[in-house]
Amino acid sequence: MPRKLPALTDDTRPFWTGGEAGELRIHHCTACERYFHPPAPICPRCTSFDVAAQAVSGRGVIVASTVNHQAWNPELEASYSVAIVELEEQAGLRFLSNIVNCPPEAVHTGMPVQVVFERNDDVWIPLFERRV
Amino acid sequence: MFDQVREKGVAITGIGQSEVARPSLKTPLRLSVDACMEAINDAGLKPSDIDGVACWPGDNNNGDGFSPVGPLALKSVLGLDVNWFGGGYEGPGPLAAVINGAMAIASGLCNNVLVFRTIAESSARLISRDATALSKKTLGRDSNFMWQWVTPFNVHSVINIVAMYAGAHFEEYGTTPEQLAQIPLTLRKHAQLNPKAVMRTPMTMDDYMASKMISTPLRMFDCDVHCDASTAIVLSRREAARDGPNPPIRIEAIGAAMNQPYYWDQVDLTAMATADVARMMWSRTDLKPADVDTAQLYDGFSILTLMWLENLGLCPVGEGGRFIEGGHNIGLTGVMPLNTNGGQLSGGRTHGMGYVHEACTQLWGRGGGRQINDPHVAAVAAGGGPLAGSLLLVKD
Repeated sequence: MPRKLPALTDDTRPFWTGGEAGELRIHHCTACERYFHPPAPICPRCTSFDVAAQAVSGRGVIVASTVNHQAWNPELEASYSVAIVELEEQAGLRFLSNIVNCPPEAVHTGMPVQVVFERNDDVWIPLFERRV
Repeated sequence: MFDQVREKGVAITGIGQSEVARPSLKTPLRLSVDACMEAINDAGLKPSDIDGVACWPGDNNNGDGFSPVGPLALKSVLGLDVNWFGGGYEGPGPLAAVINGAMAIASGLCNNVLVFRTIAESSARLISRDATALSKKTLGRDSNFMWQWVTPFNVHSVINIVAMYAGAHFEEYGTTPEQLAQIPLTLRKHAQLNPKAVMRTPMTMDDYMASKMISTPLRMFDCDVHCDASTAIVLSRREAARDGPNPPIRIEAIGAAMNQPYYWDQVDLTAMATADVARMMWSRTDLKPADVDTAQLYDGFSILTLMWLENLGLCPVGEGGRFIEGGHNIGLTGVMPLNTNGGQLSGGRTHGMGYVHEACTQLWGRGGGRQINDPHVAAVAAGGGPLAGSLLLVKD
């Protein structure tokens, strides 16, 4: 499917390009010893500037999902899965993505997933598939 | 919380609304002028009495029809001499302009603030069917602070995210599609009593269940209806408002708090920002949820209304589905008459300001065939996801 691509900045580039090395990269605060997302130049919890992207496992669990049926533009697939995935590294560490390589109707809350990357130009979109 | 709650010194003194059409043949500027002049006249004022203008989200004339007219235009075409004016998207949702205007009066900058909101999404979508798509809000790569995290995943409408909130509510509390259907079904009944509502044909449960699934579990009839319209109110100093033709409707309390990250996928999935806002609003008043006579709550999507009902304390959290079951509680003669003009689901997506207009219509007894019995207190709330704001309105 075609995708609107994100602008890459110093803050967001690790998240959107880590897939080139096969890594999901999430910002981490050295002072808090906690991850946070979306990435930013400062930790939103303790305002430390000692933050940097780190590779995480790419494993997570679906906390919410929906099957989109609306053809927002003619190039989209008939239906596709949109989901929020919580990463196993930290409770509440989550982001919105698509679940691929399985029928969208089969996606459900609690389903274990693993990141896969879809290259579009200079962006590696982090998507997820069922983890077995 | 605070020794003074200054919004209590502010009152709504007049309301106005243009035609609500799909589409309107009038220009957005003409719709705005129609609404604003009606509101100024209704308050018993003249344009020369208006010394402030507020609008959310301000002039956003980028072809999406979301807000084609801002405060600069109104200030100029009505020849207003202002002490203060302002508009802009970033704030506690569609009621931000009312809150800003109230603050301008409470802080002594202005005596009478015109607050308006114009929308022309119906016309915009006739020109380009995807005019309102999130993916069209930025040119080229997405650099918007919120949307860059969702548009790369083919979220072209927030319905995909709101549908996940709905799914979370269904799974956590056992809410059912049949229960949720009561919001669109009840509001369609209300719309049939509102001559300005854009959708007035009867709707049955079968119609609802047969309506197109857009993003599971939300159907087309869970979505509000685009329209072209402008809605306006006048805010005045409460002590001065007693001389006007209408009993002043005081702003008893404002809810504008946001204690979570401002991203659609990071907020609490079953409450969004509504609980933050409600906690603040109720901390600024001695009134209680049981004192509310009518609720005018955001229904851009039906599930949002359910979350507002719960988190404003108008029914217990998690019990919303059972509260609206059968529709009696939220009907015109129920314990909590809801969106009495048909809301945005059937009345038309006037986007936020329509709820304030309808609350005042009811409090002033102007509801005609949809008038509820002698209301004095109205809860008004707008927003979904990270956007949220609320007002408690009391007829003096």
